[in-house]
Amino acid sequence: MSSLLTLVAQRLALGILLLFAVSIVIFAGTQILPGDVAQSILGQSATPEALANLRRDLGLNDPAHIRYLNWLGGLLTGDLGTALSNGADIGKSIGRRLYNTLFLASVAAVVSVPLAILLGLLAVRYRNRWPDKLISAATLASISLPEFFIGYVLIYFVAVQLGWFPSVATVYDSMSFWQRLSAVALPAATLTLVVLAHMMRMTRAAILNVMQSAYIETAELKGLSGFDIIRKHAFPNAVAPIVNVVMLNLAYLVVGVVVVEVIFVYPGMGQYLVDHVAKRDVPVVQACGLIFAAFYIGLNLVADIVAIVSNPRLRHPK
Amino acid sequence: MFTRIPLSAWIGLALTTLFFLTAIFAPLVAPYGEGEIVGAVWEPSSSKFLLGTDNLGRDLLSRMIYGCRITLEIATLATALSFSLGSILGFTAAVVGGWPDQLMSRFVDLLMSIPTLIFALVVLSVLPSNTLTLITVMGVLDSTRVYRLSRAVAADINVMDFVEAAKLRGEGRLWVIFREILPNALSPLVAELGLRFIFAVLFLSALSFLGLGIQPPEADWGGMVKENKDGIVFGIPAALIPAAAIAALAISVNLVADWVLNRTTSLKGGRGG
Amino acid sequence: MADNLLDVRNLKMGATVYPPGEPPRDITIVDGVSFTLEKGRVLGLIGESGAGKSTIGLAAMGYGRGGVEITGGEVFVNGRDILKGGIGALRKLRGKEVCYVAQSAAAAFNPAHRLMDQVVEAALLHGTANRKQAEERAVALFAKLGLPDPEKIGRRYPHQVSGGQLQRVMTAMALCSEPDLIVFDEPTTALDVTTQIDVLAAIKDAIRDFGVAALYITHDLAVVAQVSDEIMVLRNGRQVEHGTTEQVIHRPREDYTKALVSVRSIVHEEKKPTPEPVLKVENITAAYSGTVRVLKNVSVEVHPGQTLAVVGESGSGKSTLARVITGLLPPIEGSVTFAGRELSRALAQRSKDDLRELQMIYQMADVAMNPRQTVGTIIGRPLEFYFGMRGKEKQRRIAELLEEIEMGDGFIDRYPAELSGGQKQRVCIARALAAKPSLIICDEVTSALDPLVADGILKLLLNLQRIENVAYLFITHDLATVKAIADSIAVMYRGEVVRYGSKSEVLKPPFDDYTDLLLSSVPEMELGWLEKAIAGRRMESAGY
Repeated sequence: MSSLLTLVAQRLALGILLLFAVSIVIFAGTQILPGDVAQSILGQSATPEALANLRRDLGLNDPAHIRYLNWLGGLLTGDLGTALSNGADIGKSIGRRLYNTLFLASVAAVVSVPLAILLGLLAVRYRNRWPDKLISAATLASISLPEFFIGYVLIYFVAVQLGWFPSVATVYDSMSFWQRLSAVALPAATLTLVVLAHMMRMTRAAILNVMQSAYIETAELKGLSGFDIIRKHAFPNAVAPIVNVVMLNLAYLVVGVVVVEVIFVYPGMGQYLVDHVAKRDVPVVQACGLIFAAFYIGLNLVADIVAIVSNPRLRHPK
Repeated sequence: MFTRIPLSAWIGLALTTLFFLTAIFAPLVAPYGEGEIVGAVWEPSSSKFLLGTDNLGRDLLSRMIYGCRITLEIATLATALSFSLGSILGFTAAVVGGWPDQLMSRFVDLLMSIPTLIFALVVLSVLPSNTLTLITVMGVLDSTRVYRLSRAVAADINVMDFVEAAKLRGEGRLWVIFREILPNALSPLVAELGLRFIFAVLFLSALSFLGLGIQPPEADWGGMVKENKDGIVFGIPAALIPAAAIAALAISVNLVADWVLNRTTSLKGGRGG
Repeated sequence: MADNLLDVRNLKMGATVYPPGEPPRDITIVDGVSFTLEKGRVLGLIGESGAGKSTIGLAAMGYGRGGVEITGGEVFVNGRDILKGGIGALRKLRGKEVCYVAQSAAAAFNPAHRLMDQVVEAALLHGTANRKQAEERAVALFAKLGLPDPEKIGRRYPHQVSGGQLQRVMTAMALCSEPDLIVFDEPTTALDVTTQIDVLAAIKDAIRDFGVAALYITHDLAVVAQVSDEIMVLRNGRQVEHGTTEQVIHRPREDYTKALVSVRSIVHEEKKPTPEPVLKVENITAAYSGTVRVLKNVSVEVHPGQTLAVVGESGSGKSTLARVITGLLPPIEGSVTFAGRELSRALAQRSKDDLRELQMIYQMADVAMNPRQTVGTIIGRPLEFYFGMRGKEKQRRIAELLEEIEMGDGFIDRYPAELSGGQKQRVCIARALAAKPSLIICDEVTSALDPLVADGILKLLLNLQRIENVAYLFITHDLATVKAIADSIAVMYRGEVVRYGSKSEVLKPPFDDYTDLLLSSVPEMELGWLEKAIAGRRMESAGY
């Protein structure tokens, strides 16, 4: 058991290290690249005094590593800084939006994960027959479709022509849970469609991989029924790869949220990030970028840890 | 060998060729100028305007044709950049090994732990908005994937006995890379080229759709979706046309890439390779 | 006929293959095979790869692996036609009346469950015993099969047990539900030769003591001769010959069987060592990384035009020795002297001529040739590279080399994928010969080949040695091969040379312990060999 704990601890430590490295990359990406931040904020016609003032306000006169440490120190104490464009506290603006984004992503996950696993199982069950071929074709199409294509097709047909759901996903605090759910129905459906085929295909591959193992044949030659083979022999070995698939796709979903929020004018993190990229509001972009990256890294970390924990070789060392 | 190309790949090839021809001869085939205002806002399809007009009363078909040119041009250049950068570094890392390999691979791991779109948004918030920036950002970020693939493919081949046999014969590094490894790595890389191109098209479209890609008055297909998206709620489907064009282009290239990939996995070398 | 436990009549099996870019087509894997097996008897199914022997074995359980289907004929078990009852009836048969022992027990056990749970699973499922009875029986079987700590080994997970032990556990698993018939599918092939003999003896004992019938599938006639009462020889899905073990081994009727029986009966006269060795390896110590020494103080010599066989089991360091000699792995200590001059330790510092003089042939011919080059390019490159040959001169030499390896110049434009396994290895030999070397290192060059094909390669190598006067350093785990071609032998064990000398010296008693174990473990095509070998060991361990 101790070697297992060590491995998990190592992986966690590596994840934290990675997060620090990513914060450096994100910081460097906005600060050290060619092009003057102050200039690009104020435009070519800015007066030298205005530029100098802004540089001072941004702390641009300090060396880069000092600025990084200041920023990091703020982050670690929960201070995300203030937005350049309106002077608002970034932490406060993000809080509500982060909740909205997580709500949307969770709804999409709750729908897409069981659906993908179910369809993946179906594809394995009917391997090389039409349900399987349909799934392959759907995957091919789905990785080729831009999110906004799916989104606007849904808006055009479901919201505008049929009028079932609102075309703009407006949410406010006084909404009940069901109202909120109805508001995010279309964006969640879009996200689901974006990740579904991919997740289904990966699930199919993971299960097939297990089903083709020699020990499944052994079970079959012991006279076990199809259901028992899956329950007793395939499932314990398929859990880790499936969890892995799910986590990878949830990480993908976190990114897909950005475009989907813009399509549906949904007040989440993605919309907030995109708006402030256009406004060249660097502190907001840094904070949002890091939060997105942290979710992405976190989900990948969970996938790795599940794989470690469920490996019998590591759970029961020699 | 052409008789063995499946129908899906034929369709993919034909459509891809059509898109590229349209892009090359855009000024010849477009009925109106790119920015020319020729009618009312969001006119429906008619014999005068085959696809109707856009949000400013420009001919949508002409915009689509010019948009095709911009989309393909930038996606092609970005793919070329990501591919040359990624494959050269990946091959070098696999063959040289040691610390240069470690250094590059760990850096690529780091870059890939940040979602590409998010990182692109971070960088675009400070860089000037122009075509060169777009191509560079897209190309460099995507080259990490090409690097990983070419390094993995080359590393797999590099440990094979026939490469060892060549080294034992005393062949130089160039022979090993170009005569022993490259011919065997070509097929997976060609299939990857297609996938990277699709990714570039989708990525560019997403950036333009978010207003961070091609700036008006020029527009690629993603930008055209943004221009016309407000019509959707009034039941005007103009935004769906460029969106569908992106999907069609991506699917066509995918069909070709899929065929190349299938052929690769079933191919053990020899004729027709 | 009532005594027949298994009765297979005119069995036909086939599969549909999907070649890329071509319409699917049906292939026949087993074509009209018939045999019967009485209670308690053992039938050996023998054949080369592709003979259909495993497929037939699984048909006794009504099972087709990887899309293979039974397309015709009947299979009776205990008088019932098992192909007529549907899947429900088959499930009642599998794991109860007929059990299966797979080639790779390591893959055949589920990594997620303890061994005991898997061993008793079939017995519990079919209700032949309750949990307590089944576990008691399993422990008794573990003890019977010579597993260490039989009471506790069942609590382990598959990865915690060695390969040879897992194979015995798998046999115990098959015996646990007291079946009438067990199908053994190459149960010892994946094991090292010194482990194989013990597992083989344990299996044979268990079969005899429990009176269970068995189908014993293998490609090794010497192994099957030890355990079976009858032998059926198969080739390309058809039966060639079927008779008692005694008859098939001593009086084979068909030419194919005769060839199988006489395989490796090459007669090779040992040559006297010359005063000046072509290769002298002195006091080599080597490690891959870290401090684990893979080779410890190894010294051997190879004489011009002669063969040194380096024998050892997996992990003995024999392949590492080849890497040190070729310069791929610079040694920590020691020297490699070639024709009187010391070679640089690392490949990069060696001269082109040193590289030319020392060629190498690999175990897997498939991956030793670039799949994108034609035979002509593969053989032609050393000609160009070392001798600067071009055009007609090069073509003529390639044709000559193809003649030497008995293939002919019709193969010049072929790609490796278009050649058979034996032809591929021949092309690799031609590539080595093209450099006109004084020494060729042969790393397990016949291990991946079927016995008859391997025999052809060995004969070719001996013939070429006579013509070209080239020396071989022949790395192998197979003592039969060693006896066929070696002039001198080095036996390696855990990185050290434990016995070294001319063939006649090395193979003459008194032996050291390891060489004795190794020599006594190699199955011989002789009835009753297993009992003799095992008895010999018991005597030794008893201190006689």
